[in-house]
Amino acid sequence: MIRHRAHAAVAAVAAVTALALAGCGGDDVAPASAEGSPEAAAADDAGGGEETTLTVSLFGTFGYDEAGLFDQYEEENPNITIEYETTQGEDTYWPALLTKLNAGSGAADIQGIEVARIRTATTELADRWVDLSQTAAAEQLDDYTQAKLDAATTDDGRVIGLGTDIGPTGICYRTDLLEEAGLPTDPAELADAMGSWEDYLELGRQYQASGASGAWTDSAGGLYNAIISTEQEIYYDEAGELVYDTNPAVREAFDLAATAADDDLTAKLAQFEDPEWNPGFGNGAFATIACPSWMIGYIKGQAGEAGSGSWGVTSLPGGAAGNWGGAYLGVPASSENQEEAVRLAMWLTAPEQQEKVFAVGGNFPSNTTAIDAVAGTTDEYFSGAPIGEIFGEIAKNAPAQILGPDDGILKNEITNALLTVEVNDVSPDDAWTSAQRAVDNQLG
Amino acid sequence: MALQTAPGRTATPAVTRSVPQPTWRGRLFRFETRAAPYLYVSPFFLLFFAFGLFPLVWTAWISFNEFTLGSPMTFVGLDNYRWLFSSPEFYNSLWRTITIGILSTVPQLLLALGLAHLLNYQMVVRNFFRISMLMPYATSVAASTLVFAQLFGRDAGFVNWVLSWFGVDAVDWRNGDLTAQIAIAVIVTWRWTGYNALIYLAGMQSIPRDLYEAAAIDGASKWQQFRHVTLPGLRPTILFTVVVSTIGATQLFGEPLLFGNGQANGGAMNQYQTLGLFMYQQGWEYFNLGRAATVAWVTFVLVVALVLLNTGIARWRTREGKAAR
Repeated sequence: MIRHRAHAAVAAVAAVTALALAGCGGDDVAPASAEGSPEAAAADDAGGGEETTLTVSLFGTFGYDEAGLFDQYEEENPNITIEYETTQGEDTYWPALLTKLNAGSGAADIQGIEVARIRTATTELADRWVDLSQTAAAEQLDDYTQAKLDAATTDDGRVIGLGTDIGPTGICYRTDLLEEAGLPTDPAELADAMGSWEDYLELGRQYQASGASGAWTDSAGGLYNAIISTEQEIYYDEAGELVYDTNPAVREAFDLAATAADDDLTAKLAQFEDPEWNPGFGNGAFATIACPSWMIGYIKGQAGEAGSGSWGVTSLPGGAAGNWGGAYLGVPASSENQEEAVRLAMWLTAPEQQEKVFAVGGNFPSNTTAIDAVAGTTDEYFSGAPIGEIFGEIAKNAPAQILGPDDGILKNEITNALLTVEVNDVSPDDAWTSAQRAVDNQLG
Repeated sequence: MALQTAPGRTATPAVTRSVPQPTWRGRLFRFETRAAPYLYVSPFFLLFFAFGLFPLVWTAWISFNEFTLGSPMTFVGLDNYRWLFSSPEFYNSLWRTITIGILSTVPQLLLALGLAHLLNYQMVVRNFFRISMLMPYATSVAASTLVFAQLFGRDAGFVNWVLSWFGVDAVDWRNGDLTAQIAIAVIVTWRWTGYNALIYLAGMQSIPRDLYEAAAIDGASKWQQFRHVTLPGLRPTILFTVVVSTIGATQLFGEPLLFGNGQANGGAMNQYQTLGLFMYQQGWEYFNLGRAATVAWVTFVLVVALVLLNTGIARWRTREGKAAR
């Protein structure tokens, strides 16, 4: 067990170094202005070459690498080399990024920001980012949907992120499994059969009763997130007050998802956490899954070629429009290549590139020009479903959600509580109480 | 450097004897003889102060402050300790650390003892067996934990597959309470058994052969030889492994973190949140470094107490053993 001690020592050294960096680096790096730093960077490589290496650090699947966009950009800009890395789980990505931003060093030139974190990024961390409204990106800002742009704007009008995608949410389902169970497989028919979330659960009970081996949906947490995605006010009210425990919509969504768990309608696989969630897409562990547009690409990746043509997508019960997730690209103020980084971020979030990413990964555009351009997209993998039209329609009607600084924490704790209902036989009331406790612990 | 040029010139102490007052060179010489050893050992101590003592003291200081990363420290006295000792989450993680520690340490050391005893016999390709014992130890925590996480899968895991031959229903290892702890204990045991076995083996080989011969002549069976010759001879070695395993168990971190796919909560019910994970969660998930430092210090004190307890028990046992003889 000596290795354990060695690890602890290394961690301690790393922590001390980080603190030391925070102490000496933080103050002089933060105020670096957009025009100041590129010159400093140019002075650094005295060889006089225009060679610039841009680091891009993202989480999950943004689709840029998959669509070949980094290669294309390098080809069109021979002086630029892009180093790209991604962390699968956003909840491990974000703490690491926070540490680096606070230390004033170590962050990449371009960093992805999940929509649940954007409020923190525009408040507590506002001065850690380059103000994009003062850069070349300003001309592009008006093209994003209003809600998308507003969320990335600080109270004093600085813009710290360029919108990548939004998450119009529907339901994805296995056409083959639904057919076996004698349920409708046509998107329109299935939508008609689901007038409400209760109907959706009722279809699930029919599905289980038909003797299907898998479950109706993957997880109570996923179901909860889909239900709550249709609300405008979720965890915070208009005034920025924390209202999650008094907002009836949250509790209703929680109870509905808990009912699904109690009735064994879920496969009890925590999204992105349980190692058996991924194979579940291919092996029929669940027949339906709440489906933000970015899930389209995820499904294709996990179910693989074999799943092509056996999936379908339709709107949420009752035709409700929801938004789940989405992201931004920001340029940390500590970047030494701010000008080039902004140019790359602009290019990545421009309409043509957003179209390509949608075609490959299903990440739905946040740029209005691109939204119009993809309206005619159909997807063979999803049995030829008109995904451009379906998700475009949802995107148009989705509420402009009120975001708060701790949306991410709240979402995680509630999802976690639902997992205990699923797998540990905790009663919904007890689970809700422990979620409240966990939230108080973190925010208090 | 001035110190080192001095000795060559002043190597004639006979001259100074006639002079009652020592010259400055003489004094320098005497100072040098006394100071040089300290200079020679100083690199270790400088490094120890920088990377051992300073972080320890600094952590203690942080634990008396409210300190969120990115904002200044505020001195709050014992508030963090008050919070810690009234926090059910802390007691939960303490308890989990103890149960996982027992679940992993006890079988690990017993297995290691048995394996070492077997390896101590003459056998074909003995070195092959001895070296292969170290393979798990040489495997990274991340790799082994990921593989074990797959083995303990609910729907497609190897363990459940084997259990299904005996008619056992699929066990949800990860999400269960005791089951998740057992799974983690298995990973730890797998990793450290061989390492401990080799240490026992080394200890066994230092026990004189003639003791065994004498025992054999007296008609002692193999088991009796093991009990009455091997075990007493191994007592210091066993104490060492118990102390080291206890420290390791108290600091268990990598296995539960990776078993939970990088989540610091140690399962939805915190069912395998060890002290290490709890500290990490406070520090790097909630960014409350003051509280994290408090957990770190309490863990440190706990480790020291456990080591003292172990040594105490061993001393007491040795004295008892001597008195009995």
